[in-house]
Amino acid sequence: MVNKLLEPEAAIARVLFDGAVVMVGGFGLVGKPLTLVTALNESAFGRLTVVSNNLGEPGQYLGRTLRLGKIRRAVGSFFTSNPEAVRAHVEGRLEVTLLPQGTFSEALRAGGAGLGGFYTPTGVGTLLAEGKEVREIDGRAYLFQEALTADVALVRARRADRLGNLVYAGTARNFNPLMATAARKVVAEVDEIVEVGALDPEHVATPHLYVDHLVLARERP
Amino acid sequence: MKELIARRAARLVQPGWVVNLGIGIPTLVSSHLDLDRVFLHTENGLLGVGPPPEPDQVDPDLVDAGKRPVTRRPGAAFFDSAASFSMIRGGHVDAALLGALQVDGRGRVANWAVPGEAVLGVGGAMDLITGAGTVIVLMTHTTRAGAPKLVPACTLPLTALRPADFVVTELATFRVDGEGLVLVERAPGVTREDVRSRTAAPYREEPPPAGGA
Repeated sequence: MVNKLLEPEAAIARVLFDGAVVMVGGFGLVGKPLTLVTALNESAFGRLTVVSNNLGEPGQYLGRTLRLGKIRRAVGSFFTSNPEAVRAHVEGRLEVTLLPQGTFSEALRAGGAGLGGFYTPTGVGTLLAEGKEVREIDGRAYLFQEALTADVALVRARRADRLGNLVYAGTARNFNPLMATAARKVVAEVDEIVEVGALDPEHVATPHLYVDHLVLARERP
Repeated sequence: MKELIARRAARLVQPGWVVNLGIGIPTLVSSHLDLDRVFLHTENGLLGVGPPPEPDQVDPDLVDAGKRPVTRRPGAAFFDSAASFSMIRGGHVDAALLGALQVDGRGRVANWAVPGEAVLGVGGAMDLITGAGTVIVLMTHTTRAGAPKLVPACTLPLTALRPADFVVTELATFRVDGEGLVLVERAPGVTREDVRSRTAAPYREEPPPAGGA
């Protein structure tokens, strides 16, 4: 049987490269693959585009990635939680694409579903509509949003089986199952890996075909 | 004062509703709701949010949109962020209760871009105002410096073109109709002049003066 389990450092070395577009799951630290982010921070890779709802707190996890100068561009919905991200942007060191959280989530879903994009009513007439195509459908205005895809997704789940089927816990699910569909290479960090057949198929939220590598979590929020 | 705003806004919530509570004053509303009859939705992926846990019962995988520890009620459901915002944009969330920096004379809300700062955070605010069935704004009537927050036109960037349905402050509750703000209730001890002098936006009063029918 395929062995998807790797050490975190080996997984990062296997999938990442300079200039990669990397999706990182989690809402704040909840559902964030902390062990993988630490391995990324200790790697030599840089010039990354990070697709993640936010860039954490100053100096912690993705906040540390930023402080290390590894992030060139960030795509997400809420960067004000890290004042260093705001400063990096103001000083021209960080390019930012800001999307409403629902638009961000749906762009991940669309990217994983093979769609080019979608029309959303969210954001019409606001600053975030600038430069976007507006289309009227049945009397209502919508903005076009392109799908998001990535080279690599780093996601967090509670449990996996050896095939890579994933089960999530509580609100730690958030962006993880979406990102797992939208990247060419997917590494899932989990607390526990069980034998094939031990997961209830009714509970599997990410089927194994999306998952390339598994790592065991060393860090938890 | 914030508790007063929360208590008055809670009275606008109908039994059976699914309600999303924003960060700030809206979080205070949950203790004024009957959670057997009102279902709290949080956009990070939970329908059936319960009260905060005891300190020794905190589950690190269970937070609300303000990243505060919460519990889940019997009958709760978890879902991913795309499903969560499909509920919001798709009109399946009955009400969004949220804070605001300014509201204009047509009830439109500015609540995402902070003055003097780079515009780098939006979160779910735009989706919620665009998609929720009823939008209820909870805010102090004036800024800390005493400037009116109900203004003829917002000087801060709008969150959506869709107006709020209600604006609740410590002084008054306004309903929004096709023509703009309507004062429907004053807080106990608050005079019409108190409201008038601290409101820059035009508004009408309800019930209208007698006569002329």
